[in-house]
Amino acid sequence: MKKQYYLILFLVFLMIPIYWMINMSFKPNSEILQSLTFYPHNFTLANYEEILTSEFWRSGYINSISMAVMNVIFVTIAALPAAYAFSRWNFRGDKHLFFWFLTNRMAPPAAFMVPFFILYSNLNLIDTYWAVALAHCLFNLPLAIWILEGFMSGIPKEIDEMAFIDGHSFPSFCWNIFLPLITPGIAVTAFFTFMFSWVELLLARTLTNEVAQPITVTLTRSLGAGGWDWGVLAAAGVLAMVPGAIIVYLVRDLLATGFSMGRV
Amino acid sequence: MKQRPWLFLLPALLLVSISAFIPLITVMNYSQLTLLPGTQPYFAGLENFATILQDPDFQGALWRQCLFSFLVLITEIPLGLALAVCMPKEGIGVGVSLVLLGIPLLIPWNVVGIIWRVFTRSDIGVLPEVFEWVGYGYNVSKFAGDAWWTVLAMDIWHWTPLVILICYAGIQAIPEEYYMAAKIDRASPWKTFRYVTLPNIRGVLIIAVLLRLMDSFKIYSEPFVLTGGGPGSTTTFLSTYTSRMAIGGFQMGRGAATSLIYFFIVILLSFVLYIIMLNLGQGAGGDQ
Repeated sequence: MKKQYYLILFLVFLMIPIYWMINMSFKPNSEILQSLTFYPHNFTLANYEEILTSEFWRSGYINSISMAVMNVIFVTIAALPAAYAFSRWNFRGDKHLFFWFLTNRMAPPAAFMVPFFILYSNLNLIDTYWAVALAHCLFNLPLAIWILEGFMSGIPKEIDEMAFIDGHSFPSFCWNIFLPLITPGIAVTAFFTFMFSWVELLLARTLTNEVAQPITVTLTRSLGAGGWDWGVLAAAGVLAMVPGAIIVYLVRDLLATGFSMGRV
Repeated sequence: MKQRPWLFLLPALLLVSISAFIPLITVMNYSQLTLLPGTQPYFAGLENFATILQDPDFQGALWRQCLFSFLVLITEIPLGLALAVCMPKEGIGVGVSLVLLGIPLLIPWNVVGIIWRVFTRSDIGVLPEVFEWVGYGYNVSKFAGDAWWTVLAMDIWHWTPLVILICYAGIQAIPEEYYMAAKIDRASPWKTFRYVTLPNIRGVLIIAVLLRLMDSFKIYSEPFVLTGGGPGSTTTFLSTYTSRMAIGGFQMGRGAATSLIYFFIVILLSFVLYIIMLNLGQGAGGDQ
């Protein structure tokens, strides 16, 4: 029981900077700049009001969520069969191909910024959801294949064989038997995919201008433009954390099951 | 039948070709050219690579990057592993800790920078105030040392939860019987950890180390927002340098060459570390 105090200590360390930002988001700028207060003395919702009533910020949120969801869909659809192939069959060059997929996870987005811009300009995809959702596959797809392959290898091959002997066709086997078995794996994968897409800034900034600008970019752009409105910035930061918090909360049970299957 | 694996891989390969392969070829192409605005590109061979490798700014960024990733690995991995052992195995504590640990991971990276910026700025932050009480003049934007360890602290704050989650997943998969057996043998907690837990989570530990290595090498937004790469260039890492070359610089060929060198270093380091870790585990007799 005692060792859990260390964990609690760490969780407190995690929460302190977050608390400081939440605290700041409820203060007027005058209070932020004048004195150091550990809770808002002049409690105000003005910062939030400014954001929620502005079309500029709202579209940022919608764009961000749409892109991340699109990315999760692309990645899951492509990664499921690929992971199945890697976990079930030996074929020529499978190890090399797997490692090559993984090297893409290592690719620094900074290195791919310019070629992405040129490629997607030629495809007329700049400033659309597609550009960012596709570009984020660079680091998310390898990760998804990696995680899913781990989960699938944990399921004995005999299950496949039994199902085929029982007369299941391949699609029916996938839908009725295999997919339910790896749902926790898909949840963990989707969680990580969403997370990495939601938080990425560099590619999202390069590939969008105005229409499809995600919230992370809106935040940085408003940072640069004339002076620092600390209260609004803090409020925007808090709001940018909310979808993430909701998602962890919603999938916590599936995550716990996924984690207890031992693969991340 | 023989073609079936490739059929299954087709969607992934298509996706990779537009998200990774074609861009990579483009970078390779550019890296060989001298591209100046308003002139015809001409072939430069390896000239760009030579220029970059001799650039003192690049060398500085590379060494800072290596030092940073090294420090990140030797603090986050043991800390994450230790805290994963401290995690409750069942009950309400699991859900609560999972949610709390997940929060830093789901904060957009530049918001992480913003959080730490408002936390550490000398005019509005709480950290400088705390340091003032103990008589230490802390200033992120003035002192290189302060900036350095603040960026490091931010990374530990941001990414240790991921290491905890990964290690925790590994620990959860160890059959309870192993621990029972250790208990019957009256193994000390340390010995239980060393001979039961550690060998059994080798696989996920490799994942954690590799992920942290790759991602710490790619760090961009957080120090960019927190310190802007300063003071001077003391917190300018490889990513910042590369993006400056690629966008700010007028020489696209050099930007491309930088990108390739960068990519190559990450792959090389990951590969070396992967091999080392595989061999380490074999020596310890663990198997998973």
